[in-house]
Amino acid sequence: MPSALINVPAKAKRGSVIEIKTLMSHIMETGYRHTASGSVVPRDIITSFICRFNGKEVFRADLYPAIAANPFITFFTTVTESGKFEFEWIGDKGFSETTQASITVE
Amino acid sequence: MKIAVCIALLTAMAGAALATEIPRSERRSGYSFMSADSKAMQDEDTANPGMLSVLDGETLWMRKAGAANKACADCHNDARVSMKGVAAHYPAFDKALGKPVDLEGRINLCRTNHQQATPFAYESRELLALTAYVARQSRGMPITAGGDPELAPFVEQGHALFMQRQGQLNLGCTSCHDDNWDKKLAGSAITQAQPTGYPLYRLEWQALGSLQRRLRACITGIRAQAYDYGSPELVELELYLMTRARGMPVETPAVRP
Amino acid sequence: MANSDHTTRRTFLSLTSGAAALVIVRPVDATPAMLSAAVRNVVGEADVHTGKVKLDIPPLVENGNTVPMTISVTSPMTADEYVKSIHVFNEKNPQPNIGNFYLGPRAGRAQVSTRIRLADSQKVTAIARLSDDTFWSATADVVVTLAACTEEAI
Ligand code: HEC
Ligand code: HEC
Repeated sequence: MPSALINVPAKAKRGSVIEIKTLMSHIMETGYRHTASGSVVPRDIITSFICRFNGKEVFRADLYPAIAANPFITFFTTVTESGKFEFEWIGDKGFSETTQASITVE
Repeated sequence: MKIAVCIALLTAMAGAALATEIPRSERRSGYSFMSADSKAMQDEDTANPGMLSVLDGETLWMRKAGAANKACADCHNDARVSMKGVAAHYPAFDKALGKPVDLEGRINLCRTNHQQATPFAYESRELLALTAYVARQSRGMPITAGGDPELAPFVEQGHALFMQRQGQLNLGCTSCHDDNWDKKLAGSAITQAQPTGYPLYRLEWQALGSLQRRLRACITGIRAQAYDYGSPELVELELYLMTRARGMPVETPAVRP
Repeated sequence: MANSDHTTRRTFLSLTSGAAALVIVRPVDATPAMLSAAVRNVVGEADVHTGKVKLDIPPLVENGNTVPMTISVTSPMTADEYVKSIHVFNEKNPQPNIGNFYLGPRAGRAQVSTRIRLADSQKVTAIARLSDDTFWSATADVVVTLAACTEEAI
């Protein structure tokens, strides 16, 4: 049961630059570890993260095994209108999660 | 699998044991020994991975389970009200069992007695999440554990375990955590072993873990056989540590290196 | 017990010696050849200049499993002068790539933060691609006191 924590200001002034913080629960198994019997623990990571605003991509990241467990990513964006941010995480083993956050621009 | 373990242990530490208790005014949470970066991770909810488990616990709190088909919320309602301060006084004495139970143990008793469901395994995602969610409701509140007179013999037993030397390295918890807490071991601060933040997110584990897991890691560290999860010894050690930390604020979910 | 194949764990050493003496076993490090191939993959034949990029990463970290890192690039972030992407690499993890971050003019501020794993003390490099397709970089050295690895099986 993955959970995500998103920090988006509820309100912002038109044209201002806001910071968005995201935290997603995921083990980020590197694929470089071995069990006691010597077999490789298969890679299981989030490979990409996308943020869209009102349907349009505003930020994207490719992640590798060197990203720490429970990926934490923060970035900036300019807000021009009220609307909805959509966050999407895609990864190995069919991992796919989305969540949303709204902002009111005044 | 290539794992090289380097144990160059100091006889100095094993020898000069003072076993002095830490004065109240000098008690410090593990938090205060951390780098600014790790502190920042604990301080801000969106940066604290332990909060993901708290969220998870909130969902589980509402979920019906067991033959009784009851959720925690059906009996305890709003955890923010009913669970406020609860974690601060655990482990608590259970009259029916005649011994102390820790918070994980109490939650599992509700699972079996009240939900008529199978207990969660120690360190399972569910048990950690529910424990973190319940303990989160005490964040900032002073620890009050150990006040119940019926607990006295168990606190004493936990204290004895804390003082007792064991393992190939022949060290007691006290050798490090009472006598050498201001020193470093392999680059990391030893700290006073204050149990204020559990369950907590340990960077080394890259996951949330219980106080019992942390204690077992320390016992393995001194090359002794770790007590089983749920064993009376671990609960007594937890109880002693919580009693020793009385008055210090609960930090759950904390972050530690 | 699930162990990393490239690091060691649990080092209890002398309190009197002060500095940590870690034994590091890492058979599958990224080689310099892998690192330069990964960089070439991003920049192609272009030159990589030093400057404009700031890489904030603690020089000494308590645990290599979770190392906070912030990359910022000096740029006006206007419609015709902005940062397209930021690419982060490391020297000694088994794989040289850490992450790629795609921005654009509307980011407003060319800055991203994340947390990374470092299996050992090493260099980390961030390369930014600007809107004029020039590449700029910064490198930082990080000393890891306890390497990224798990201590025990769960
Ligand atoms: C059918 C009702 C019922 C359900 C369902 C239930 N509990 Fe309880 N809970 C109780 C009762 C009654 C007590 C008092 C101790 C006892 O009699 O077991 C209690 C005690 C507790 C305590 C200790 C409170 C204190 O002050 O010491 C905690 C913590 C707790 N429950 C957590 C949970 C959690 C978490 C769940 C869901 C997994 C849950 N309970 C489900 C009835 C319930
Ligand atoms: C050889 C020294 C040593 C001994 C002996 C030792 N520990 Fe520890 N302990 C440590 C170190 C070092 C840490 C901190 C490690 C870290 O956080 O990276 C620690 C951490 C802890 C913590 C976590 C504190 C926090 O802030 O969360 C607890 C609790 C603890 N120990 C309890 C015990 C108990 C109980 C025993 C005896 C069974 C014991 N330790 C024996 C060295 C020791």
